[in-house]
Amino acid sequence: MRTLTYAEAIREAFAQMLATNPRLLVIGQGVTNPWYVGDSMRDLDKQFGTRRIIDPPVSEQGTNGIAIGAALAGMPTILIHPRMDFLLKGVEQIINQAANWCYVFGGQAGVPLVIRAIINRGGEQGAQHSQALQALFAHIPGLKVLMPATPYDAKGLLMASVQDGNPIVYIDDRWLYKERGPVPEEPYTVPIGKGIIRHEGQDVTLVALSYMVVEAQKALPLLEQQGISVELIDLRSVKPWDKELVLASVRKTGRLVVADSGWRTGGVSAEIVATVAEEAWAVLKAPPLRLALPDLPAPTSRTLEEAYYPRAAHIVDTVTRACGNAHR
Amino acid sequence: MGTTFPPFLLVHLLRTMVRIRIFEERTADLLLRGEIRCPTHLYIGQEAIATGVCAALDRSDYILGTHRSHGHFLAKGGSMRALMAEMFGKKTGCAYGRGGSMHLIAREVGFLGSVPMVAATIPIAVGSALASTLLEQGRVAVSFFGDGATEEGEFHESLNFAALWKLPVLFVCENNFYSTHMPLHARQPTQDLTRHALAHAIPGVAVDGNDVVAVYTAAHEAVQRARAGLGPTLLVCNTYRWRGHVGPHWDLDKNIRPQKEVEAWMARCPIHRLETALLQQGLLTPQERDTIYAQAVHEVEDAVAFARHSPFPDPVELPAHLFTDRKTP
Repeated sequence: MRTLTYAEAIREAFAQMLATNPRLLVIGQGVTNPWYVGDSMRDLDKQFGTRRIIDPPVSEQGTNGIAIGAALAGMPTILIHPRMDFLLKGVEQIINQAANWCYVFGGQAGVPLVIRAIINRGGEQGAQHSQALQALFAHIPGLKVLMPATPYDAKGLLMASVQDGNPIVYIDDRWLYKERGPVPEEPYTVPIGKGIIRHEGQDVTLVALSYMVVEAQKALPLLEQQGISVELIDLRSVKPWDKELVLASVRKTGRLVVADSGWRTGGVSAEIVATVAEEAWAVLKAPPLRLALPDLPAPTSRTLEEAYYPRAAHIVDTVTRACGNAHR
Repeated sequence: MGTTFPPFLLVHLLRTMVRIRIFEERTADLLLRGEIRCPTHLYIGQEAIATGVCAALDRSDYILGTHRSHGHFLAKGGSMRALMAEMFGKKTGCAYGRGGSMHLIAREVGFLGSVPMVAATIPIAVGSALASTLLEQGRVAVSFFGDGATEEGEFHESLNFAALWKLPVLFVCENNFYSTHMPLHARQPTQDLTRHALAHAIPGVAVDGNDVVAVYTAAHEAVQRARAGLGPTLLVCNTYRWRGHVGPHWDLDKNIRPQKEVEAWMARCPIHRLETALLQQGLLTPQERDTIYAQAVHEVEDAVAFARHSPFPDPVELPAHLFTDRKTP
């Protein structure tokens, strides 16, 4: 199979869906500008026109509401925030309106809205251009939250999101854009709510999210050298998340480490650890451990940034601790 | 009142206002009796606005509402039985007992929904107009909101976008001069809300919101402009709510507003005004007038009986409908 970058896979999903669904609408500030969205949207406006690829005035809350209104009135819509932080300006529309609408009206009107929110971490972008807010949105009933880590999933989950017919927060991380991987040319979907085992192992279950999957894959050979056999699960969907896959793996390995790209307190890692503790306590051979961002805003200076973001070495350290004396 | 109006339209406007008024008075009574318990914002005094605007619309046109939307719902043609049952929390309600007074929907008549978050439905209305335009459906979208909403950023963001795209939207500001307890003069530097239209280069039209014919005339003109591709209009309808912000009471005991102010506006009752004019001009006989009231009372009592006798939702339904199963084609 040919390979594409993560950004190219996203662009291909957009192009194929726009070509086949004349009702699909794309709206978001900066979507016609590679400066904001890298190569992931390049020239879509030239190909499909600025009536379907709308780059609106600076108005996040208004734009979010407009996207909801268009979706309610018959146009499945992909709303894009090239920096996830700016989504917060319009979060009332997402949390109060998009997430509530179907339930509160008894299912009479779904909101076919995909909110593509891009995380722009590192590179001295600072506290307000870098936030990984998956836990915030995963907390809200009525939203689904996806975080593809591979080019294959980036395309397949985006296509699944548009088909789903519900409000979905699709979070992509700029650190993934240059990752390459096999991507089928034809349209396809990846099931929402299903994780995937990236590497089978016996000693410890390592659940990773988004870019942390890349770092986890770098950590695997280092852990193997220490004699630790890791089962790596790429969660892919944060909500709903694949509880059965994780539980089955933990029942096999008896150990759990969760590596999240967001903050620790109240984070996705906390939810997974808590669920495993509730439902598989008896099989645990050691306390589950979490690896997440420290509970601090992102600093700008490169030396502080280096200390802020967990990498493969931190994963190695955490997994080794989880495996305790058995492997020391 | 101009002579160009066909009598049937004028009688229709009167009938709609009377239906809303009697529905709302009965709702106040049911609130006092404890039969309705959800937060309920009554529309009494403002009937001319929903009535006049909706009369200028087609059934397929969209409207979006607020926390105070019973009048919009009825004027657009929503089922009175479903509205009353919703407030009783019954399964037969327009939102199956999940919405109460503040979350109304009647998609079959273009009522896309109402929610209580101030200004939240303004951009949603703009989005529905955008879809109508891109899909070449010819539908106009109306956003109803109060004067308080004009202080929210969403209002300005929405006007800007709608003006830029020349979207078929009618922004209807129901200026009743209070945002919960706060009078307009304490919230904005002037009381002329049409000035917000100037900033976005769209027409801003102020009308007497207690004159249903004036509201209809202005709305009709704005709808024609919208359908002709000339873009949005801000229609400011100056009016007054007789009852308090929420519930059946009058808010006079809390020193929020003076009794003389309430009385002065009650003297300008939109229903009495049209009814008197129609009787004086011989377009309505006293008997016909009495029939309109009797029919409205009958319809409201039928809705109350329907709501009372309807079942509550089954608690097993609690988790249903968080998401739709309808895939995007």
